[in-house]
Amino acid sequence: MDEKRNNYKAWFYLAPVLILMGIFTFFPILNTVYVSFLKDYNVSTGVHKGFTFYNYAYILGLAERYEGSGVYNTTFFSFSGPSAFWNTMFITFVTVPISVIIALLIALAIHNIKALKKFFQTVFFMPYVTNVIAIGMVFAVIFANGGVFNTIFHLNIPWINPVYATWGSCMTVLCIYIIWTALPYKILIFLSGLQNIDQQYFDAARVDGASKGKASRRIIIPLLSPQILYISVTSFITAFKEYSSIIGLLNRSYSSTAVASSNDLYTIVYYIYDMMQGTNWTTSSQFASAAAVILLLVILGFTIVELRISKRLVVY
Amino acid sequence: MRKDVIDTKLVLVIPNRDKDSVKQGKRDRVLKIVGLVITYVFLFLAAALAFFPFYYMIAASFMDESSILNGRMIPEFASLAENIAYNYSETFTRLNYFHHVAITLLVATSITVLQLLTTILAAFAFARLTFKGRDVLFIAFLATMMIPGELLAISNYVTLSNLGLTGLEQTTFQAIIAMIIPLIASSFYIYLLRQSFLQIPNELYLAAKIDGKTDWGYLWKVMVPLASPTLITITILSFISSWNGYIWPSLVVYNNSDTLISVIIRKGALTMQGPDGNYITQYSWQMTASVLTVVPFLIIYVIFRKHIMRGTGRAGIKG
Repeated sequence: MDEKRNNYKAWFYLAPVLILMGIFTFFPILNTVYVSFLKDYNVSTGVHKGFTFYNYAYILGLAERYEGSGVYNTTFFSFSGPSAFWNTMFITFVTVPISVIIALLIALAIHNIKALKKFFQTVFFMPYVTNVIAIGMVFAVIFANGGVFNTIFHLNIPWINPVYATWGSCMTVLCIYIIWTALPYKILIFLSGLQNIDQQYFDAARVDGASKGKASRRIIIPLLSPQILYISVTSFITAFKEYSSIIGLLNRSYSSTAVASSNDLYTIVYYIYDMMQGTNWTTSSQFASAAAVILLLVILGFTIVELRISKRLVVY
Repeated sequence: MRKDVIDTKLVLVIPNRDKDSVKQGKRDRVLKIVGLVITYVFLFLAAALAFFPFYYMIAASFMDESSILNGRMIPEFASLAENIAYNYSETFTRLNYFHHVAITLLVATSITVLQLLTTILAAFAFARLTFKGRDVLFIAFLATMMIPGELLAISNYVTLSNLGLTGLEQTTFQAIIAMIIPLIASSFYIYLLRQSFLQIPNELYLAAKIDGKTDWGYLWKVMVPLASPTLITITILSFISSWNGYIWPSLVVYNNSDTLISVIIRKGALTMQGPDGNYITQYSWQMTASVLTVVPFLIIYVIFRKHIMRGTGRAGIKG
């Protein structure tokens, strides 16, 4: 009897969340996948011409926009130049390893000192609570043509200038900015991981005559492996979804034509939101949906691979 | 190297007047000091780099436009008061700062409060009550954390326009509802809170039952106070991320006057008409706008540092 009363009451407690998640989480998942397979879908009238794989073929650059037009989409995916997909991969595989290593070094350094520990923790965690857009604007001013970076190093590089910048210079500044924003959380996680490592392991190592470097490599890294795994899984996911930092830094307004110029740093998410703006939206939501499904598959794929690899590497 | 370390130990444990050992100890101490110096130098350099954008943001908001364009590092003292007065008064009025901060506060507070309420109820059901399909449902909730928000945003945007909450004739009230409603239910916070609810011993529940307390009373009088550290964490994380919201508000809010502060600083009219008639972005005003958006949070951070860092750390490790 008790079981039954509980049963009915549980649904009362869950009702608000279930209704909201039903409408705004579970339904959208199914609906977005469904829309990604609709041919010529018009989002305002709901009219479509049956099911197709065309949307995926189109955004991957395998099919023309209109039959016989010879116009292929190279914004999302292209073998010949920068595209949303490759930009995303580049950002991910540059910023994640670099920021993990720097964060590990800083965390180890903070762990090894006694004085000023609190001070450094506070300073390094600061970027975490700040606004990505606001600080992106600050980086944009620092890297402006006559800006403070060029002045300090006596350079004259148009890093992110809308006209003269190159893909490489824009990408460099973007990666620096992303690493700056990505560090605090990683440092925090590594530090709390280090604090949990029992001091007796280090004492044992010293008695056994291990050098400091050796102790770090053989003890700290393996004992920190759960944190390293957690950090790399989450930061890969975050990096795959990079978007706000680009808006903050570059403020490339949404282009109606969705053609990337040389210094435009489209990412997968950028492409999705571009397809959702203004005149694009009515006739392009199926492309945005297909891109979102591809993003989901990329994230799932990488997470599974990472978990597989980690099974062999994580110590406990 | 192995031998060195053992020797050092001997020096430390047994007073040894042997000349070599004393030298050895000295060398070790010197090495240790050098290592410490290197560590501190590294940390100070890294901290300076991490802090520089904050410094420059504030410094640039104290400068005039030409100083920024010439790469000045330190504001000119002579025109300091004049620049501050000019930049801040212009930015306040051009951004309509207090209006957008009021909207942002309203949205962030509403999301946080509603998120806390729904999270407490759902976490209680998952942690305390038994019902059919509980585990399956909980796993389904967890699985949604893997789904990128962009995939949801596409459909939610359509849903909201079908509900008449976004579009040409959007009112301020509708804009605020549109910014809040899809963000209320959070499976991540439900997961976090369920974990800390599960740590509350069963005996307390049974004792409360004997005292004649209802489930409802037990939840609010016993469980919620006991889980307050996690609830503080959720409050802080939720408020920070709602305050800094950009993507969703910029999608669903039709009129710029109804949007959040972090959206308006990128879209707002921080430009000035140049002699050739073109509108030129004023970096000094942009930096002032950044200061006005970021500094309130830095102050909150410094005050609640312990809570924020502990909370974020815990949220991470268990995720």
